[in-house]
Amino acid sequence: MSAEQSILYDVPGPKAKTRDRIFTVVFTLVFVGLVAWAGYTAYSNGIFDDRWTVLWDPGKGQTGYDVWVTSILISGVWGTLKPVFITIPLVVVLALVITILRQSPYWIARVPARVITEIFRGIPVLLIMLFGVLALHLEFLWGVVLGLVVYNMAVVAEILRAGIAALPSGQKEAGLSIGLSPLQTLLRIQLPQAIRIMLPALISQIVVLLKDTSLGFIVGYSELLKVGKDNPNFFGASTKVVFIAVVFVIYVAINMSVSRLATYIEGRMRTKSKAVAGLKVGDKPVGPDGGVTAAGIGANTRTGDSTW
Amino acid sequence: MGALIDNADLVWGAFKMTLWLSVSAGVLSFIWGVMLAAFRVSPIGPLRTFGTVYINVFRNSPLTLLFLVLLNLAVPVFGLHVALGAPMAILALTLYTSSFVCEVMRSGINSVGAGQAEAARAIGLSFFQTLGQVILPQAFRSVIPPLINVYIAHVKNTSVAAGFAVFELTASANRLANFNSSEIVGIFFGVGLLYLLITLPMGIASQRVERRVAIAR
Repeated sequence: MSAEQSILYDVPGPKAKTRDRIFTVVFTLVFVGLVAWAGYTAYSNGIFDDRWTVLWDPGKGQTGYDVWVTSILISGVWGTLKPVFITIPLVVVLALVITILRQSPYWIARVPARVITEIFRGIPVLLIMLFGVLALHLEFLWGVVLGLVVYNMAVVAEILRAGIAALPSGQKEAGLSIGLSPLQTLLRIQLPQAIRIMLPALISQIVVLLKDTSLGFIVGYSELLKVGKDNPNFFGASTKVVFIAVVFVIYVAINMSVSRLATYIEGRMRTKSKAVAGLKVGDKPVGPDGGVTAAGIGANTRTGDSTW
Repeated sequence: MGALIDNADLVWGAFKMTLWLSVSAGVLSFIWGVMLAAFRVSPIGPLRTFGTVYINVFRNSPLTLLFLVLLNLAVPVFGLHVALGAPMAILALTLYTSSFVCEVMRSGINSVGAGQAEAARAIGLSFFQTLGQVILPQAFRSVIPPLINVYIAHVKNTSVAAGFAVFELTASANRLANFNSSEIVGIFFGVGLLYLLITLPMGIASQRVERRVAIAR
């Protein structure tokens, strides 16, 4: 951060320092004012009344344990994590198959793999989920899983392809020249390295996966957002604010930790990759910027093989 | 597919709604995203903090949740009345996509050589001149392919509005499927094609630009 900023502007002189200080004070006041105003509006709308007791003493024959464990944790968080856990292994297998097909010397294998990735990257996940539920008569859980698997296998295949393309061509040539078949070269030389350099992008994709489970809410699957809706239906509309806020915090906390993990691994690789010869293109480590890729939704995966 | 053709008016209206959401929220999120990126590299601390907090919150919360927050929290907490339907969808999509635009822009700014900014400063340009006349024009070039990818995702994300009283393509597929159960597969196939009609050309454009930029550098 600080290194990149010092490029954009000089070390401030006395005049600029005063100006910056004034701006700092002004904007701090503006933001504090905004927060205070939101707090005041919330207060005058009675947000801070006793409705929050629903989180520890909900009444209606329920206990705080029922709210937190039975509802929020088991029904909500687990409902959100379940499709993710089912999806990940399926995506790994299918994405590997697609990646291998895309590297095939025969067009009859390459073209369908390419078409599948392009099509499923361009269709909304929600549409696929609805298709699963309405047309294939799947249970809600499996409709959600279908949407997640189909989209993410395409994206992960694309990430892996970009990773393979980013490897120095000597890797493949060396594999072939020691007598490995093209498939062996792919499986034992190229893919392990591609997976390694694309690890941040792949982990960021988990955030996308977690976020996309929330589409299940629209389809009718019971997950964290549904909990935020069902509880107010039971405990009264005034608790809507409470439960939506709780769901919001939980979601951001989970996703932020996964994003952090991706950034951490990326940072480790950035320092380590100096030691791993040949895994760098130009003076930048290969692989998309993990921060942007957390954008996910496949953003940036296409650019993995360029060197701009 | 027959049901789609019989209801061509309905589907065309839904298609236009998808386009309208994509374009309006797309333009707004671009403006707001570039501003956020400027915040994140600015010399003023509070702006940087605001940018960082904004990005971390909005990039890590699902779009569906943003809709729910706007629906349930906007009025009591911010006193903000957002009409359910297209206005809410545009606001939610703008808030969401702008965080991705910001991150793409920021990495674009970082990708411009340090010498460029140093040269601009050396000839006496201010921070805004450096950013506006030297860095950003160069950043845009390298930023176009990832930016297109963000907007492909953005077009697909408009489908979430189907769950919140907006009649766009996904909602139209849902409604037609309910009334024409024998043609469900065809309906979804057709609507999927309509999405691809928007997203595939964008993907191809992204690849083209990427190739060109790669050669130019």
